[in-house]
Amino acid sequence: MQCRTISQWGQRMTETIKTDVLIVGAGPIGLFAVFELGLLDMKCHLIDILDRPGGQCAELYPEKPIYDIPGWPTISAQGLVDKLMEQIHPFKPEFTFNRMVSSLEKLEDGSFRVTTDEGEVLEAKVVVIAAGGGSFQPKRPPIPGIEDYEGKSVFYSVRRMEEFRGHDLVIVGGGDSALDWTLNLQPIAKSVTLVHRRPEFRAAPDSVNKMYAMQEMKELQFLVGQVSGLTGADGQLSSATIKGGPDGDVEVPCTRMLPFFGLTMKLGPIAEWGLNLHENLIPVDTEKFQTSVPGIFAVGDINWYPGKLKLILSGFHEVALMSQAAKRVISPGERIVFQYTTSSTSLQKKLGVHD
Amino acid sequence: MTKLTYIAHDGTRFDVDAENGSTVMENAIRNAVPGIEAECGGACACATCHVYVDEAWTAEVGEPEAMEEDMLDFAYNVQPNSRLSCQIKVRDALDGLIVRVPERQG
Repeated sequence: MQCRTISQWGQRMTETIKTDVLIVGAGPIGLFAVFELGLLDMKCHLIDILDRPGGQCAELYPEKPIYDIPGWPTISAQGLVDKLMEQIHPFKPEFTFNRMVSSLEKLEDGSFRVTTDEGEVLEAKVVVIAAGGGSFQPKRPPIPGIEDYEGKSVFYSVRRMEEFRGHDLVIVGGGDSALDWTLNLQPIAKSVTLVHRRPEFRAAPDSVNKMYAMQEMKELQFLVGQVSGLTGADGQLSSATIKGGPDGDVEVPCTRMLPFFGLTMKLGPIAEWGLNLHENLIPVDTEKFQTSVPGIFAVGDINWYPGKLKLILSGFHEVALMSQAAKRVISPGERIVFQYTTSSTSLQKKLGVHD
Repeated sequence: MTKLTYIAHDGTRFDVDAENGSTVMENAIRNAVPGIEAECGGACACATCHVYVDEAWTAEVGEPEAMEEDMLDFAYNVQPNSRLSCQIKVRDALDGLIVRVPERQG
């Protein structure tokens, strides 16, 4: 897992972004939707919580081979993402990364206004939810009662380092996020205790060496073990219990905790958009792949219909049909001529391959 | 066929016949053993197929490799006998293997 908490939070856009189709999720299906929508002259803007395109293919298994992409006997997940990016390049899609969609409202003219978790506003005539297993969000560590402290003294990311100044800080985890923040917050925190279940780390060796050097200098404390309990009141942490270490249970006084336990997928705020849901999936018809709200479509792993298979190749089929329906929303009454990329000079012009 | 036994967190026993070369995770999913989620489908990328290997079997099953050990960092209540079941391949020597499913996955 990469450390993507140190990102460009500064560049807050104030202008409304307008597009034909807003695609929620830049995984393989969201990317291929750009292609199919583009052939029908629709402009796309994609939003993704990750810092790069590819979704699960990029985050969970970039190096793993996929064997059921038609025409590719074997292709790595990242290889597929790279090829899709190349394929959709002629349509110049726009991307907003490191963002999650939060609210959605329907405007009087039938279009949609979507707001991100950082306050950007986008308006689109059609919304396509291609959110896969949901939004990647920090995993909550298995500590009883941790919910009570979240957002008050337990945080899953560092947005402003100042919030940790002068605090007794416990950082949990063994990856780059945990080590980077241990090193970066140590100078401003009152004390830093790093907790990891073993002395080996996934993080960059250089960071690990620095951490051990600082421990030697008694500038921080590293404990082997797992956090088993929290003590505090009204969301304010006062100590954490570490078990499983060589010295048995250890009580560490602390006022802030940063657990870094990787990412998991959650449907997130889309669940509040008033769409019909079926076990956290979005039911659609198999002609248009439209949700219960006209103009909002759902494709790929996030949708459900009788016979649904969560396969990338099924998602590709879904976006082709969805695009026809989206075109009817965006250009009502316009005749849609069915064409092949092999023979249509007009499609080839759009793809930039016509001579 | 190799016999495997899964013991769910509530104590329910699942005895299954597994094909050599398949993974302990795959057999859990095929037999609907509760508590094995395998969110990533066996890519060693999520730690939601975490099991405890019965103490009598830890030596035969062996230790996790570095990548699996990294993933185990994300699992719930990791013990010395913790393994990710997608990384245990079924073979003759594992006939009779017993694994226990943790209270929860992550």
